[in-house]
Amino acid sequence: MYSKEIIDHFQNPKNMGAIEGVDAVGSVGNPVCGDIMKIYIKVGKNESGEDAIKDIGFETLGCVAAISTTSMITEMAKGKTLDEAMKIEFKDVESALGEIPPVKLHCADLSVRALREAIGQYKNSNRIS
Amino acid sequence: MTVAIPAVPLGKVTHPMKEVYLDYAATTPVSSEVMSEMLPYFSDVYGNPSSIHKAGEDAAQGVRLARSRVANFLNCDPEEIIFTSGATEGNNSVIKSATKTQVSGEKPHIVISAVEHSSVLEPAKEAADEGLVDLTIIPVQPNGRVDSDLILQSIRPETVLISIMYANNETGVIQPIEEIGKRIAELNKTRKNKIVFHTDAVQAVNYLNCDVKNLDVDIMTLSAHKIYGPKGVGVLLVKKGTLIHPLLVGGGQEYGLRAGTLNTAGIVGIGTAIEQVQNYRAENERMAVVRNYLLDGILSSIDGSFLNGSRENSLPNIANVRFEGVEGESVMMALNDKGFFVSTGSACASESLSPSHVLLAMGLSEIDAHGSVRFSIGRYTEEKDIKELLSVLPEIIDRLRNISGSIKEDIKKLVT
Repeated sequence: MYSKEIIDHFQNPKNMGAIEGVDAVGSVGNPVCGDIMKIYIKVGKNESGEDAIKDIGFETLGCVAAISTTSMITEMAKGKTLDEAMKIEFKDVESALGEIPPVKLHCADLSVRALREAIGQYKNSNRIS
Repeated sequence: MTVAIPAVPLGKVTHPMKEVYLDYAATTPVSSEVMSEMLPYFSDVYGNPSSIHKAGEDAAQGVRLARSRVANFLNCDPEEIIFTSGATEGNNSVIKSATKTQVSGEKPHIVISAVEHSSVLEPAKEAADEGLVDLTIIPVQPNGRVDSDLILQSIRPETVLISIMYANNETGVIQPIEEIGKRIAELNKTRKNKIVFHTDAVQAVNYLNCDVKNLDVDIMTLSAHKIYGPKGVGVLLVKKGTLIHPLLVGGGQEYGLRAGTLNTAGIVGIGTAIEQVQNYRAENERMAVVRNYLLDGILSSIDGSFLNGSRENSLPNIANVRFEGVEGESVMMALNDKGFFVSTGSACASESLSPSHVLLAMGLSEIDAHGSVRFSIGRYTEEKDIKELLSVLPEIIDRLRNISGSIKEDIKKLVT
């Protein structure tokens, strides 16, 4: 049912866990659907002076796909500028993981929403448009 | 869309590691006795049992023997046994038949419980949505049992069918079928239009008394592949005098109640399987000991683990357990990677994302229902299999709880 990449991220998730002193947390999902995700970001300037994701972590209560998509998206977002990270779409997460079963595609979407919520929150609290 | 081609030829075992199968409620392996009795009926005895020449008669003999074995097990006449393609067909037949039952111009009324198998629940809901029947769904208590008083109270003059499962596939909880059957039979003595009492006994056959005279059941659904028989064959017991409209019409097989060429090998298989069940009844106690070892082992070694349902009034082979702070599919897949096969709720529901309707009906929250795993043992499960399970499960739950981190606390805040 699941690709090798999905199982790998499920067995050895990257960037797992909350981070101390983060700048923003994106939290999505609900108990009804059974998948809840939190993405933590720390923001700092990169070499070009742009706001970028310096550190990132996640917590996920959910199925295999929910855990692997959050793990994957944190890997993809790490080091990216906020604007670049904002452009990550669920299709990007999907293709990075190989095929996601159709019934689980919403997990990739949830992970995108969690990341965008975290970035949005950071921008809001720092008055960045 | 591309179709994935299996990397190994079908039928080849792909797992080099040791496998521990703990999903007997999903299906059972075909026993060697069943297999060897079935084999000749694929090729040597190939006739159509409905043909009257010798080739047909030879096949018919196998079917007759199977029919009498099933009838013997259920304490009924062989003519009351209808062979089907399985329990989904059996249950659909019963519900769809009820939609056609005439009750002096009134819409027929059907009563089922909230924890029925989806092959009862879905056709019943569909019939109600289409306006063919009025449907009453009886709730269950937190222990998963239906209250027979509630069933009796729901009966109306136009009630044509009451369908309550004998034992639940997800939790193993046993329903008071004999009590309900006797109360309906009593009521039927003075009713003009008789109520048909149906029970889905698929999970019960291995462990419980299925004497239909004693249970006062009019129609009973059985399946071969839960009792060490083949997939794709089942039985619908229909007591004489019980009105049922066939789901499949055509060649008039099975006393006109189920058309279609008989699945000779499968039917022979269910006959042998059901006869063997009788011989394994002494195993029930051993099964309960192994199940309790599993359950006690989990509950004592993993904090925040709970049994869904209760040990009383429950099949000896199922333990449905919920784990705080994890999701069932993750537990299932993590166990799969270590060679242990379990399931979340029912195998049939794994394609859908909604939490188990059975657990929700027992009052569990969605998140608790999502965090539940079904362990079901069987004839070939040994204590050492459970010992091995218990040596890996706490670590898996721990790992998954580390991944979910603070979310467990967030949910508590949401709930309170």
